Amino acid sequence: MKEVKLMKGNEAMAEAAIRAGADAYFGYPITPQSEVIEYLMHEEPHKRTGMQVLQAESELAAINMVYGAAAGGKRVMTSSSSPGISLKLEGISYMAGSELPCLIANVMRGGPGLGTIQPGQSDYFQAVKGGGHGDYRMIVLAPSTVQEMADFVELGFNLAFKYRNPVMILSDGAIGQMMEKVTLPNQKERLTDKEVIKRYDDWATTGKPETRSRNIITSLDLNPERHERHNIHLQEKYQTIEDNEIRYEEIQCEDADYILVAFGSSSRISQKVIQLGRDKGLKIGLIRPITLWPFPYKAIAKHADKVKGFLSLEMNAGQMVEDVKLAVNGKTKVIHYGRMGGIVATPSEVLNVIEEKLISNN
Amino acid sequence: MTTTTITPEEIIKKGKLVFKKTKLINDVPLSYCPGCGHGVAHRLVMEVVEEMGIWKDTIGVAPVGCSVLAYDFMNIDMVQAAHGRAPAVATGIKRVYPEKFVFTYQGDGDLAAIGTAETIHACNRGENIVIIFVNNGIYGMTGGQMAPTTLAGMKSSTSPYGRVVETMGYPLKITEMVATLPGVTYATRQAVHEAKYIRKAKRAIRKAFENQREKKGTSIVEIVSNCNSGWKMTPVESNNWLDENMLAYFPLGDIKK
Repeated sequence: MKEVKLMKGNEAMAEAAIRAGADAYFGYPITPQSEVIEYLMHEEPHKRTGMQVLQAESELAAINMVYGAAAGGKRVMTSSSSPGISLKLEGISYMAGSELPCLIANVMRGGPGLGTIQPGQSDYFQAVKGGGHGDYRMIVLAPSTVQEMADFVELGFNLAFKYRNPVMILSDGAIGQMMEKVTLPNQKERLTDKEVIKRYDDWATTGKPETRSRNIITSLDLNPERHERHNIHLQEKYQTIEDNEIRYEEIQCEDADYILVAFGSSSRISQKVIQLGRDKGLKIGLIRPITLWPFPYKAIAKHADKVKGFLSLEMNAGQMVEDVKLAVNGKTKVIHYGRMGGIVATPSEVLNVIEEKLISNN
Repeated sequence: MTTTTITPEEIIKKGKLVFKKTKLINDVPLSYCPGCGHGVAHRLVMEVVEEMGIWKDTIGVAPVGCSVLAYDFMNIDMVQAAHGRAPAVATGIKRVYPEKFVFTYQGDGDLAAIGTAETIHACNRGENIVIIFVNNGIYGMTGGQMAPTTLAGMKSSTSPYGRVVETMGYPLKITEMVATLPGVTYATRQAVHEAKYIRKAKRAIRKAFENQREKKGTSIVEIVSNCNSGWKMTPVESNNWLDENMLAYFPLGDIKK
């Protein structure tokens, strides 16, 4: 029987990591996601599944511990919030370059700099446009409920191993802190060392037996031709991901004149905006990107000829709106609305923007 | 006049085999400058791993710096770490494979400057790993810049008039620093520029790996070495300079055992 609990988003994610058969978690406390490591330390998952949990001396150290354990083919996770993710970008770039699977959660707060401990969505660019150095991509999953905070853990691990690539859960302080009902996944068995060594024999650094040549995990190649080939290989992999892994949700778009595009917390506000609008006779719909990379360009583009305008609702100064504009390609009006500083827009405030900036100016 | 071809095996047969390269060093040209101590240090680590029979269960972590390509030379599974992060990477490996042997191989810039936090905290947790720390007082790979271990008054491309301690700080004795931590079981300083030192250094590396087998905590083996290119000397001059200057500030011997 499924286990249903009332949990914080951060706790649900931590519990889901244990149940997903994660081998290790390495983290460093930062508001608003410290509950992840607190929950894991309290649960003592080494007694439940053998999962290792370690509080590192910094986010830098944590992501490099992830790098080492992932190099051995293990299912490894870390989590942080915006300023901490900036520190992890070095390691993320290395892991993308050396094609290591791992799961990174960013429970976003407002920036730039130390910013605020209140929720924000201003790390969209950082997550989907690279962030770290070099031509790399990271699969980015954007949960909008506590349920998805839990569900995206196993999905994230599976995608990470399917493509040998870092995967990020891009959440925010509101979803991390709020409590909701969550149906927890069943406990998945952790792979034994033997199983891991056998399964990832072709790349994981687990000690070199007589039967194979040595495995090397590195992002360095000083030979220009070989290094270009490696980059081309990465780009081909990213194309495969774009072709196969786009996820999004459409709500009441069939008859919509205006479409909101929003992820995470903003998508929840958007659902209320739809209700308020439709009560007034305004046909509003919502496209909720679930993967922010790969981005659902086509899902948005197919409505571009039919609707009178798009509003990208974000908790930032306007980031995802650039991708919405790319998708719409000038066919109709695209505007952005966002609050910052940890302020969450109210549904009536958003409806006003639609009425004043999208409808009356049309 | 007749010529005969003699194979290496025939030559060996005629004499007594007294030395053989470990099978764990690959037959590829080393990227190190002639005269550099890295080649000997590599060989010692791999000899110990071979002699202990642990090479199937050993994972090495290469740093950023001259020895970044250590994974090309050592015939074992290896991970290349970001600059200074090797002790954190080794921690990650060891925590999920506690029965494997894990070592880092790092230079002074990597371990004692950019990686100071990772070094100190891995040691403070008593991570059951071996740290091989090659200290030649300079950044060799990037062309001879000042390192945390550059001696006072010593010239480098970023201290062209000599290291001025008042503005550039003092050469860092990080092995002494980490030796004060309870997690560190063994801290020693060795050298590899003469046969007598090489033999001692190998015994120290062996002890470090034995400590890991016995789960005793962190072992750090510092190897004071030369950088004839970076120091702008001939190999012989650099070895003499090492004897007279480096060893005066970085004395050899066990700091904690």
